[in-house]
Amino acid sequence: MTATTDATVVRPPAPKKGWTAARIGGAVWIALWMVIAFLAIRLAVTEYSTAFYLRYGPRILHGLLVTIQLVAISVTIGAVIAVPIALARGSRNPLIGALAYSYVYFFRGTPILAQTFLVYYGAGQFRETLEGLNLWWFFRDAFNCAVFTFALNTSAYQAEIYRGAIDSVPKGQTEAGEALGLSRWAIFKKIVAPQAMIIALRPLGNEIILMIKSSAIASIITVFDLMGETRLAFSRTYDFQVYLWAAVLYLSMVEILRRVWDRIEARLTRHMKRLGE
Amino acid sequence: MGELFGHLTFGADGWGDEIAAGLWLTVRLALVTLPFGLVIGFFIALAKNSEEPLLRTAANVYTTIFRGLPELLTLFIVYYGGQIALTQIVSFFYDGYVEVSGFVAGVIALGVVFSAFASEVFLGALRGIGPGQYEAGYALGLTRVKTLRLIIIPQLIRLALPGLSNLWMVLMKDTSLVSVIALDDLLRKTNIIVGVTKEPFFFYFIACMIYLTLSIISSIGITRINAWATRGEVNHP
Repeated sequence: MTATTDATVVRPPAPKKGWTAARIGGAVWIALWMVIAFLAIRLAVTEYSTAFYLRYGPRILHGLLVTIQLVAISVTIGAVIAVPIALARGSRNPLIGALAYSYVYFFRGTPILAQTFLVYYGAGQFRETLEGLNLWWFFRDAFNCAVFTFALNTSAYQAEIYRGAIDSVPKGQTEAGEALGLSRWAIFKKIVAPQAMIIALRPLGNEIILMIKSSAIASIITVFDLMGETRLAFSRTYDFQVYLWAAVLYLSMVEILRRVWDRIEARLTRHMKRLGE
Repeated sequence: MGELFGHLTFGADGWGDEIAAGLWLTVRLALVTLPFGLVIGFFIALAKNSEEPLLRTAANVYTTIFRGLPELLTLFIVYYGGQIALTQIVSFFYDGYVEVSGFVAGVIALGVVFSAFASEVFLGALRGIGPGQYEAGYALGLTRVKTLRLIIIPQLIRLALPGLSNLWMVLMKDTSLVSVIALDDLLRKTNIIVGVTKEPFFFYFIACMIYLTLSIISSIGITRINAWATRGEVNHP
């Protein structure tokens, strides 16, 4: 490019002055959020009662712990189940491929609430069979049923994430491994999986966030997670601020996970960053 | 097994009509929520795409809240919170108690969640349309609204369709949550039937299969809409 005179340089337009419609709209909207925040804080101050916090505070924090356990266990078990399903989805055997596809389609196409009911109430119906198999102790507990359902559910979503990530690794990478005489397992473990994990990372983080949100439905089958304790406290006190506290806790969980995930991603992709970037 | 399927007949001794009534409510709820969520989502996306920082911040607060909250919690907050708020407003005028319709609360809660996610899809699509498209519109002497309507929105539909189809699938499944606030959707009808027949596995499985059928019908419809939206594209091999 040749040097241009000042007159022809394209500059970004200067911000508009005065009260444009967008600015008025934005100001009104921000004001609305502030009013809502003010009302929520006022509710917490005017309705403050030490007895309430002493009574329900520890219970709600315990519920928070249950939610974290529920999500952590489900996502971990789900990841273990998801890998073979992801591999089966890409299998050359059409029967195995079709089975894996139906599994994924069922769990992704039906509401998680209906799946939870199917497992929790359905297990009760097969009590004798389950007792015979010595499995009743597991399905008797609502928490276990929730973990069981959530793990199967998330495994279907995770299988799709891993499948997509494995497929997105260029074929040349596998061929290079074959040219070096590596076994199929070594190619997967040393070449494909590390690259696929980087691609799968972001959707996996989103899936965990969705799981945190979905875990609230465990409260419907009598698990006292964060949502369960909140509903209990509300039904006893009719104090609406418990819902606001639950909202704050859920939002914090999601936000913390999002930040941690950004850190993990930055760490794992640091070799892909250019100097000075 | 034959006895179980006998439960599904219509009429006085079968549960078929109850299931159909529940299904009808589920479909209605999803269909009413969709336009509501799409319109709000579109305007939120315009706000997020605005040059005005105040408007962007306000819109981002909306998305952060409603994408981060569990749908069930949003539903309870709208249902009980709406009840409390309306009762307080009404109490200025006369002593009374307001009951919020479960259907309306469901539409609002699901629509708000849908719009928060849809705004992200629309925003991505808006950013995928180059500034040259707007400039071409202005060069032709079109007004801003006409540029939006005739040039931007047709392209926006094509770009946003895959993301919106996913959200529609999520919405259909999320309608099952309204069963918790005593709205007689497919899942709550199933709960009631299970309470009478004591056949939970069979009926919840049937409910799952109906939801699955809705998904399949939707994907067929979406494939058609997509073929229509991308009809102007050259099919690369």
